Amino acid sequence: MKSTLLALSVAMAVGLGVSACGEKKTEAAAGENGAVTVKIGQSSPLTGPQAHIGKDNDNGVRLAIDEINASKPVIDGKPVTFEVMSEDDQADPKTATIVAQRMIDEGIVGVIGHLNSGATIPASKVYSDNNIPQISPSATAIKYTDQGFKTAFRVMTNDAQQGKVLGAYAAKLGKKVAIIDDQTAYGQGLAAEVEKAAKAAGAEVVAVEHTNDKASDFTAILTSIKGKAPDVVFFGGMDPQAAPIAKQMHQLGMTAQLLGGDGMQTPKFIELAAADAEGAIASIPGLPIDKMPKGADFKQKFEAKYGQIQLYSPYAYDAAYVMVDAMKRANSTDPAKYLPELGKTSFEGVTGKISFDAKGDLTSGPITLYKVQAGQWTTLETILPQ
Amino acid sequence: MDIFAQQLVNGLVLGSVYALVALGYTLVYGILELINFAHGETTMMGSMIALAVIGALFGVAPDLPGILIVLAGLLVAIPACMLLGYSIERVAYRPLRHAPRLAPLITAIGMSIVLQNVAMLIWGKQYIAFPTTLLPQGRHDVFGASITDVQIAILVLTVTIMAGLVTLVNRTRLGRAMRATAQAPAVAQLMGVNVNRVISATFVIGAALAAIAGVMVSANYGQAHYYMGFLLGLKAFSAAVLGGIGNLAGAMLGGLLLGVIEALGAGYIGDLTGGFLGSNYQDIFAFLVLILVLTLKPSGLLGSRSVERA
Repeated sequence: MKSTLLALSVAMAVGLGVSACGEKKTEAAAGENGAVTVKIGQSSPLTGPQAHIGKDNDNGVRLAIDEINASKPVIDGKPVTFEVMSEDDQADPKTATIVAQRMIDEGIVGVIGHLNSGATIPASKVYSDNNIPQISPSATAIKYTDQGFKTAFRVMTNDAQQGKVLGAYAAKLGKKVAIIDDQTAYGQGLAAEVEKAAKAAGAEVVAVEHTNDKASDFTAILTSIKGKAPDVVFFGGMDPQAAPIAKQMHQLGMTAQLLGGDGMQTPKFIELAAADAEGAIASIPGLPIDKMPKGADFKQKFEAKYGQIQLYSPYAYDAAYVMVDAMKRANSTDPAKYLPELGKTSFEGVTGKISFDAKGDLTSGPITLYKVQAGQWTTLETILPQ
Repeated sequence: MDIFAQQLVNGLVLGSVYALVALGYTLVYGILELINFAHGETTMMGSMIALAVIGALFGVAPDLPGILIVLAGLLVAIPACMLLGYSIERVAYRPLRHAPRLAPLITAIGMSIVLQNVAMLIWGKQYIAFPTTLLPQGRHDVFGASITDVQIAILVLTVTIMAGLVTLVNRTRLGRAMRATAQAPAVAQLMGVNVNRVISATFVIGAALAAIAGVMVSANYGQAHYYMGFLLGLKAFSAAVLGGIGNLAGAMLGGLLLGVIEALGAGYIGDLTGGFLGSNYQDIFAFLVLILVLTLKPSGLLGSRSVERA
């Protein structure tokens, strides 16, 4: 009994010690000769079905930070070394708020993330409450920047901008449009915008169906859609679902055009759907990598280090640069001091010129449509939203 | 009408996979009254192992007929999963055979998490593509419904396997030993049945079925993923309970029924409720039926064996 008590108290003491360490802010951990280590957070799903896209974001941030560190930045007269603290949010809203708090406790001065809108939105409140600037490389849901948080920015065209273009394009492809979404903040938000824009452009929306982001069998909803003979099937969701949808549309003998957003425009979609990917059209905000001002250069650097670009790594890379750029202009790594500068950003990134409006959205975001031809995403056209 | 026929085909294909996995749950439950929650992961392992072999073989000898390559993958996956099933029983369940019933349930869940993570470490977090070009891609019209060669193969294979399994349990020596062990393990042992061996055999048979189901799933959907076993296992478990867990025919019926209910539910719920409820209620529909059946007939549709064992 006594020994149990002893063990318990030792455990408690250790626990207290650990939590005390956790409390310690490492924000300006000064080393020798006044060098400072500054932590920047990165959060995306690093496990689960979207792990490949999450890791891609992580790699984009790491590439940028490695380059910045190699250039030996000096802020406020002190040499600064940036450190990436990467956390797995599992694309889950609850986990996202937990990892957001964990990163803040560890003393990050800003965060690049999250990947999914569903995770980005709840986490954005945590960052806002703690006054930690957040730049999402890929969250496109309108709500993210619509909550009035001063700390929320994104370097990605939002769903309203993308949905308008996709809906108008769907109406151009055919009179009858069917819509499927994966019930995530991203998929549902995009699908809703597409529905509105398609109707506005004179198309008839014959079906609106829902699935989820873990499903692999869509034959039931596709059969029901087939009965309504649409010309276009729009899917708001990610590639692990888009690929079997493409496959099952062919299995069911459907001839409608498959159209999707940026979650579907990945190499993985083509790999998974193989021959059935042929002819699918999807959009991606921004310019194609080979049309980005510094795209070729980025591609070469990224692929030498991490292999094929999955999706958003150029945006994650730009987001990290934009954040450090604001710190340099503010001459401070203190969130309170560099946050105002972040709003005034005017940065020539890999993905194009980045500047923010009052909400933290991109002021101009081109959208490019791609089509799978001969097993490759090939550029169809770039559209500027009005 | 052709839409209805198509939904029926969709449901039957989906349901046969559920049924095949459900058989594994029911076999083990029938004998041990244990829910082997790692069974869904065994299915996933079967799919992953087969894909690894198929990928490697395709790389070395792309000229081999596709069907042979897939068959080779299956022939490696089946014994590998049998070994896995055997090991799971040895490591996670046998030491706990006389422990309170909650203990093996927890090791079962633990085993499932371990297998998921092992698969993630070996094959990564990405979805893996099944080279569908290896298999015939023909599509046929049956009563206005479209069905592919792969789906026909799934249906035929499932029916064959079920028939084989029923024969095994009812007509062979091993089957008799299995039935005896299920009724009263202690008495069976007194009669000279090697209970441990029978239980191992049950796990091994269930794992072999899981491997086949895993390959079917990835061939049909064109992809595999370390997480795929979770939902599949859950649905198959529900199918087994729906049909009456412990009952072989019940697992088959439950699986097929669940598949058909899901397909019809998702396909028609929007039209039937005037758009009030949408296809997002696909899963709810299936589980609603499950709850209903369990409320009215707790032992499941075909379950009659009242379980009362000291």
